[in-house]
Amino acid sequence: MDRFDTQLLYGQTWYADSMPTLPSRTMSSTWFRRIKQGITTTTGEKKETPDGLWFKCPECKETVTQQELKANDFVCPKCDYHTRINAKEYFSFLFDEGQYTELFSEIGPKDELHFVDVKPYSSRIQEAQLNTGLLDSMTVGAGKVGGQPMVIACMNFNFIGGSMGSVMGEKISRGIDYAIEHRMSFMIISKSGGARMMESAFSLMQMAKTSAKLTLLAKAGLPYISLCTDPTTGGVTASFAMLGDINIAEPKALIGFAGPRVIKETIKKDLPEGFQRSEFLLEHGFLDFIVHRKELKNRLAEVCSWFLGQAA
Amino acid sequence: MQFLDFEKPLEELYAQISKMRELGEKNKMDVRASVRELELAVEKTREELYNNLTPWQRVQLSRHPERPYTLFYIDQMCSGFTELFGDRQVADDKAMVGGMATIEGLPVMIIGQQKGVNTKQRQYRNFGMANPEGYRKALRLMKLAEKFQRPIITLIDTPGAYPGLEAEERGQGEAIARNLFEMVNLRVPVICVIIGEGASGGALGIGIGDRVAMMENTWYTVISPENCSTILWRSWDYKVQAAEQLHLTSTDMSRFGLVDDVLPEPRGGAHAAPEEMAKTLKTYLLRNIEELSKMNPDERIAKRIEKFSNMGFYQEHAEIDMNYQPEPEVKEVKEHKRHGRKRKSE
Repeated sequence: MDRFDTQLLYGQTWYADSMPTLPSRTMSSTWFRRIKQGITTTTGEKKETPDGLWFKCPECKETVTQQELKANDFVCPKCDYHTRINAKEYFSFLFDEGQYTELFSEIGPKDELHFVDVKPYSSRIQEAQLNTGLLDSMTVGAGKVGGQPMVIACMNFNFIGGSMGSVMGEKISRGIDYAIEHRMSFMIISKSGGARMMESAFSLMQMAKTSAKLTLLAKAGLPYISLCTDPTTGGVTASFAMLGDINIAEPKALIGFAGPRVIKETIKKDLPEGFQRSEFLLEHGFLDFIVHRKELKNRLAEVCSWFLGQAA
Repeated sequence: MQFLDFEKPLEELYAQISKMRELGEKNKMDVRASVRELELAVEKTREELYNNLTPWQRVQLSRHPERPYTLFYIDQMCSGFTELFGDRQVADDKAMVGGMATIEGLPVMIIGQQKGVNTKQRQYRNFGMANPEGYRKALRLMKLAEKFQRPIITLIDTPGAYPGLEAEERGQGEAIARNLFEMVNLRVPVICVIIGEGASGGALGIGIGDRVAMMENTWYTVISPENCSTILWRSWDYKVQAAEQLHLTSTDMSRFGLVDDVLPEPRGGAHAAPEEMAKTLKTYLLRNIEELSKMNPDERIAKRIEKFSNMGFYQEHAEIDMNYQPEPEVKEVKEHKRHGRKRKSE
């Protein structure tokens, strides 16, 4: 019996390396003995920290206060991890003084197909709406970014994974119309798992619809900036997210057409480190540049001014 | 002849017919009357089966191993065909074929996904799953057609764009996206026909046209029923339900206005009478090219944009139901995980 087995027998946990001597079976005592098995605290007695006070970074596991995180544009101050934030947060630091007009805020989803999987689509919608306070996964805002007039369509990942349904397609379309009418720059912040299956072919056709609309924006000579954030996958990548006059991304965002799991299953090999991350895409020529969230606003103002500003 | 699982009654009848003929020959008996009777039964059974096809059965038909593919239709419909290869950047994609063709004296560009007819061919054609170079080759040919003012025909039959490592490196998403954008503005008539499987972005990547049609027993939607089942039901076993819920058949798609036309198939599916199917396709293409050629390019493009812009369903003035009671979820009882490592074998 080796040392490892002995420890299992005596119910001790991980002290293997710090143990000076090997406790043998004949020794009557061990250093610690577990009296009861498993966790005995009932859920009711569990002490929980109130939500919304602390943020634990999923990358470096460091804990900071929500206030600190917000002051840092929702980027982990320790390791630069860009947290997954929604439209409201993006708009708060992108638009000048946080001032913007929300557009088409009343458009909401409809369960035309009466799609039912393990749960009806209609109750998925209602639950997501109740939990997020949003009607669907896209919010459109118009305002000024560093003095440059801009329409920004931003996805909310907390609403059914930022999935693309008819509402997203329609809001992008109208956002483009608005930008053309008011001669503004247009930007989409993508953060989505792809098309919304519960809207079936209608969600697929949003790829065609948004691409068609983007041709109108191009004809009007107005810039379209696509910002890919973590994650940007599926039908979103295979349409407007890759069609920007410039395509940019936040650091280390997952960007791809097929998901890593699907690819792994197809090729039956492990994927290389950093595969489908922003840096990988930049290296392969599909991004113009990667931008840190704290620099995003300035860089946007710069490029929009280059696109539409008056020459000195 | 290959039979699908739902065609079992047919298979049995055919077996009886051949047995009957054998018996007749062996015993020098006249079995014509009984054979005739059985053949009538075959017709009746087939009619019953094919008049009530479920969505899943149509998916099965769309994947029938004997179903005609792009190159078959080109061969049947065109008097001349010069296949063109390569995307001029990386490679030639065998899953996407295309070239200059002539239908009844009319020069056209035909492009489509191609599946293989036997095991070796299927691998060579990558099961009809194109890589980025396939979509870029398709776009190159379309641009060529536009330059010389030739109408474009695309034949769609793919289980999806290839989800491979190199495909991602070379920008599968960008390739498809670029095609959508460019196809919207092609100045020549574009007609797209789904002749088999129309899976998601891989199909849409050559699917933006003035006319989009589906053959009767094909499907077209955002995800294959199998993948939909694994994602939403977390199991492979719900593909039949998924097929129903996705409303992926030609009947549904035309009812929703997402495709313009449905091409009727011969009884038993396109593979039962491939030549007849090719004739139907040819007639459809010629009629529509003629119609579309009467419009001027700007008008066609405007109509194309309008058609796709109108797709989608939503509420204009929606509100959140604050009193909604979430349905109680059945929580899985998780087994308590044992801590510590498993013992290595002794």
